[in-house]
Amino acid sequence: MKLTEEFLKQLPDSKGHFGPYGGKFVSETLMSSLVDLENKYLSLKDDPEFVREFDQDLADYVGRPSPLYFAERLTREVGGARIYLKREDLNHTGAHKVNNTIGQALLAKYLGKPRVIAETGAGQHGVASATVAARLGLDCKVFMGSEDVQRQSLNVYRMKLLGAEVESVNSGTRTLKDAMNEALRDWVTNVDDTFYIIGTVAGPHPYPMLVRDFQSVIGREAKAQCLEKEGRLPDALVACVGGGSNAIGLFYPFICDEEVEMYGVEAGGHGIETGEHAAPLSAGRPGVLHGNRTYLMSDDDGQILGTHSVSAGLDYPGVGPEHAWLKDINRANYVSVTDTEALDAFRRLTLVEGIMPALESSHAIAYAVKKAATMRTDQIMIINLSGRGDKDIHTIANIDGIKV
Amino acid sequence: MSRIKQVLNALQQDNKKALIPYITGGDPRPDWTVELMHTLVDAGADLIELGVPFSDPMADGPVIQLACERALLHHTSLRDIFGMVKTFREKDQSTPVVLMGYLNPLEKMGYQVFAEAAREAGVDGVLMVDLPPEEADTLVPLLKEHALDAVFLIAPTTTEERIRHICEHSSGYVYYVSVKGVTGSASLDEQEVATKVAAIKARNDIPVGVGFGIRDAASAAQVSRLADGVIVGSVLVNIIAENQEDLPKIKSELSALLSSMRNAMDQLD
Repeated sequence: MKLTEEFLKQLPDSKGHFGPYGGKFVSETLMSSLVDLENKYLSLKDDPEFVREFDQDLADYVGRPSPLYFAERLTREVGGARIYLKREDLNHTGAHKVNNTIGQALLAKYLGKPRVIAETGAGQHGVASATVAARLGLDCKVFMGSEDVQRQSLNVYRMKLLGAEVESVNSGTRTLKDAMNEALRDWVTNVDDTFYIIGTVAGPHPYPMLVRDFQSVIGREAKAQCLEKEGRLPDALVACVGGGSNAIGLFYPFICDEEVEMYGVEAGGHGIETGEHAAPLSAGRPGVLHGNRTYLMSDDDGQILGTHSVSAGLDYPGVGPEHAWLKDINRANYVSVTDTEALDAFRRLTLVEGIMPALESSHAIAYAVKKAATMRTDQIMIINLSGRGDKDIHTIANIDGIKV
Repeated sequence: MSRIKQVLNALQQDNKKALIPYITGGDPRPDWTVELMHTLVDAGADLIELGVPFSDPMADGPVIQLACERALLHHTSLRDIFGMVKTFREKDQSTPVVLMGYLNPLEKMGYQVFAEAAREAGVDGVLMVDLPPEEADTLVPLLKEHALDAVFLIAPTTTEERIRHICEHSSGYVYYVSVKGVTGSASLDEQEVATKVAAIKARNDIPVGVGFGIRDAASAAQVSRLADGVIVGSVLVNIIAENQEDLPKIKSELSALLSSMRNAMDQLD
């Protein structure tokens, strides 16, 4: 199949489907809110005033465009492709997540909702949501699994300083999926006055579409920057995939450029063969969870399995439906690296480039350096450095047996 | 005519309303479920909604979440639920059973296999909380083919246009969720329920069951004045939760509460 811009524009279709994936699998109470959101978004997305407001916020508040940085020393060390880092870690709040929360907060404003809620894993989306809520004077409640509250205490405190209420979720596996369950329960209860800011390209339609559109600024910039610096498109893109928002943001503007290879890196945890991982595209099967049909980690009875990753932001049993589709049509490759490989990559980038990556982004780095080593020195690779690693210092220190 | 339709028609002719209890299959133990189902019928249930446990019950409050966890501790699967219905049918061929749950276990089993096995076990209807009619194009025809009713939800937020659409796709009855919230949360607003149920019934013939927020005989009687059926869940599941080790006590308390609801509903003119 030859992918064209025309074809791509039809995805998702009017029901929110990407091939067999996506859709709106929610209880009836939420349906009318989803329809309202979809209509509002479709009427605004090409509205010059909305676009201007969004672009201006990205420039003046987030600090975009983020640089495309040539990692010269890392490139030399690896001895293969020329490695560029798309520096989403330099955004306000320290990750790509804010691109989306700026967009959704604008939607909340246009819909006249005074309260926002969000789920968060590593806390980056929670912080980004609390940030835009503070700026617009909206009430904000963030749901976070109690295990993640422990391992990401710095971000919990940041959210509280920003005026958000953080609810520690004790049900289920106490991680991101349970936070999302609880956020959906809150939304169903407070649907009249509440806007749910979903942090990734999963969930019911129209979320996978609108989060993708807001995050696509990453790929549009990267494409222009690469053309400017190298005079041509890159040969490979690499990004980590939990729900998949930073990956789709980088990939989307390149989907029709079929000479550009795309690699999504899932969390291999203790290793795919151990079953203790968070890699549904690598080792899962299609199913339905949290409003969409996608690849999931579930058992033979259809119960959702617990996941494991050293990185809280990737610790999720599902993945965005557009990634499921890109996998099936073989447009993107999905691979995984283990906790140990990601931790090694964290240290390596810190020492070699003086850039401390988030543990999520470290997964992309870990695979990218392996891949780059097999490429020619005149080839170009772009890695999405989706967030900075300050929030993970406690995790790293713990592993090193150091109390900070 | 489906078993659900027969039962609801007969009640209507007697000027009575359906009492529809919900329990989660496998809670607190899989080998108690069939006995509890018979208890519900003996206490006055007209139809049973049997929950299929799911690891991530997003639309449920803590009471039913915990029921799912207890059932899953025993690895209660969709196949086990079919086994329970099959055993229940050995003694009871007249009380309809509707499976209620979330879609993923069906996705895993495959819709065709599910529909065949459900029919064979003696299931009468299927209500998947996270499956609106828009996404049910594949499942509903298969259910029909196997003489299973497709029950869908209507909520306070459902527009008139959607109500029509949902009623067109439903058979057996529609389930009106009386409050915005999860199961077992707030109390229902009688006025709001009356308005919405009237709006549903104005243009559609299908019976309307009302659930969420029904806790006792008084609220059951109140709702039975407005609708064709009264659906009771969390308050029953709570009895199970509080007496997990004591089957006789669960039975006597379920029985007492349900009979009091039945009496209150039947004493209305």
